[in-house]
Amino acid sequence: MATLNLKELSKKEDLLTHGHRMCSGCGAPTVVKMVLLATEYPVIASNATGCLEVSTCISEYTAWKIPWIHTAFENAAATLSGVETMYRSLKKQGKIDKDIKFIAFGGDGGTYDIGFQSLSGAMERGHDMIYICYDNGAYMNTGIQRSSATPLGADTTTCPAGDVIPGKLRARKNLTKIMAAHNIPYAAQASPSHWMDLMKKVQKAHEIPGPKFINILSPCNRGWRSKTNDAITLSRLGVNSCYWPLYEIENGVTKITYTPKDKVPVADFMKPQGRFKHLFDPQNAELLKRVQDEVDAEWAKLQKEEKCG
Amino acid sequence: MKPKGWKDLTPGAVVLEGGSACNFKTGSWRAFRPVWIEENCIQCMWCWLYCPDMAIKVKDGKRAEFNYDFCKGCGICALECPGKKGKKAIEMIEEGK
Ligand SMILES: Cc1ncc(C[n+]2csc(CCOP(=O)(O)OP(=O)(O)O)c2C)c(N)n1
Ligand code: SF4
Ligand code: SF4
Ligand code: SF4
Ligand SMILES: [Mg+2]
Repeated sequence: MATLNLKELSKKEDLLTHGHRMCSGCGAPTVVKMVLLATEYPVIASNATGCLEVSTCISEYTAWKIPWIHTAFENAAATLSGVETMYRSLKKQGKIDKDIKFIAFGGDGGTYDIGFQSLSGAMERGHDMIYICYDNGAYMNTGIQRSSATPLGADTTTCPAGDVIPGKLRARKNLTKIMAAHNIPYAAQASPSHWMDLMKKVQKAHEIPGPKFINILSPCNRGWRSKTNDAITLSRLGVNSCYWPLYEIENGVTKITYTPKDKVPVADFMKPQGRFKHLFDPQNAELLKRVQDEVDAEWAKLQKEEKCG
Repeated sequence: MKPKGWKDLTPGAVVLEGGSACNFKTGSWRAFRPVWIEENCIQCMWCWLYCPDMAIKVKDGKRAEFNYDFCKGCGICALECPGKKGKKAIEMIEEGK
């Protein structure tokens, strides 16, 4: 594995090029860029419908310099399973001798919800691939509808904060742990603010045969109702508040890969985001406290799991 | 690129030219323009790494000028730039001013 030195990495060709049409300041292209920088093999990708998919390949203009397949919403993992199986067959027949890697990309809607069955199936069948979820916490491409990754209390167009409800009433689904419960060799969580940690996880995942899953926090200033310049700052606050802990579960063993020196209140992560604005009204103080309590409880649980090995 | 009729499309609308988005300039989206102040630059490469639009050129492992044909003016590079002794090496200025 090559050492991760930015000067050296910057000499690599951009495998996701400029000219894509993601919003200004979107976190997703940076997530993909980091994943591809950490990939030292020829790679084939599939991409579930969502912002990343539709905005990086608008008829005849593709930002991808790798073989890349646009799949429907439901089947990024299933499509790639087929490609990976074909590759294994061709390799057996002596028609390919290269070592090729496979990555499926999906948004949270395409991963936690709609593509979940195909993801679960691909992991269970043991296909040699990494599934990367870029989690921006809602169906952003179609106008910010709630998904099972939307955080508690967030305002979306299908759980609008107002007189009736104070935003989403349910907690997030913990998909990283659900994937680990498939007993796959590697499941991890990463953030673009901690790029070295993210890239090391991708490098490591490529070296482990079988199915791997990495969940990556991906700020969306349109849906988060934040500024165009804060994708990295917000993802850093997500990590430092333990809203988005960085950890990996390798063969069932949990390891926290970054412990914040000073854990900040989750309010620090939420305050710059308009989707949480209403939670700072006095009448929603209890809900804000519940958000903090749930983050603390999840963090305590994770630390305990690490201790137990 | 001139839009094609459906008869000219490849089967399955497969795009045969990887990275053809390089022919689609997004620089006109910009309302604010990042300006590089080279004397404050410590060549940490963070701006290059964090830029979502691959709009910071590099030359032999060193940061070079912005690529204004593609920079959308988000300001991430300016916010994350550590600069030298507290002085940022990137400043955002309003376009047209
Ligand atoms: C089966 C199906 N239902 C709905 C859609 C419409 N649709 C396209 S993208 C999208 C949202 C994608 O959300 P997510 O996966 O979270 O990615 P994001 O856009 O947030 O990056 C939806 C609902 C679709 N393409 N297919
Ligand atoms: S809506 Fe959000 S996720 Fe989609 S391109 Fe814009 S910033 Fe990115
Ligand atoms: S303003 Fe945004 S798009 Fe432009 S160079 Fe900086 S990070 Fe890239
Ligand atoms: S982030 Fe700032 S200091 Fe670092 S390379 Fe870019 S301009 Fe120079
Ligand atoms: Mg989403």
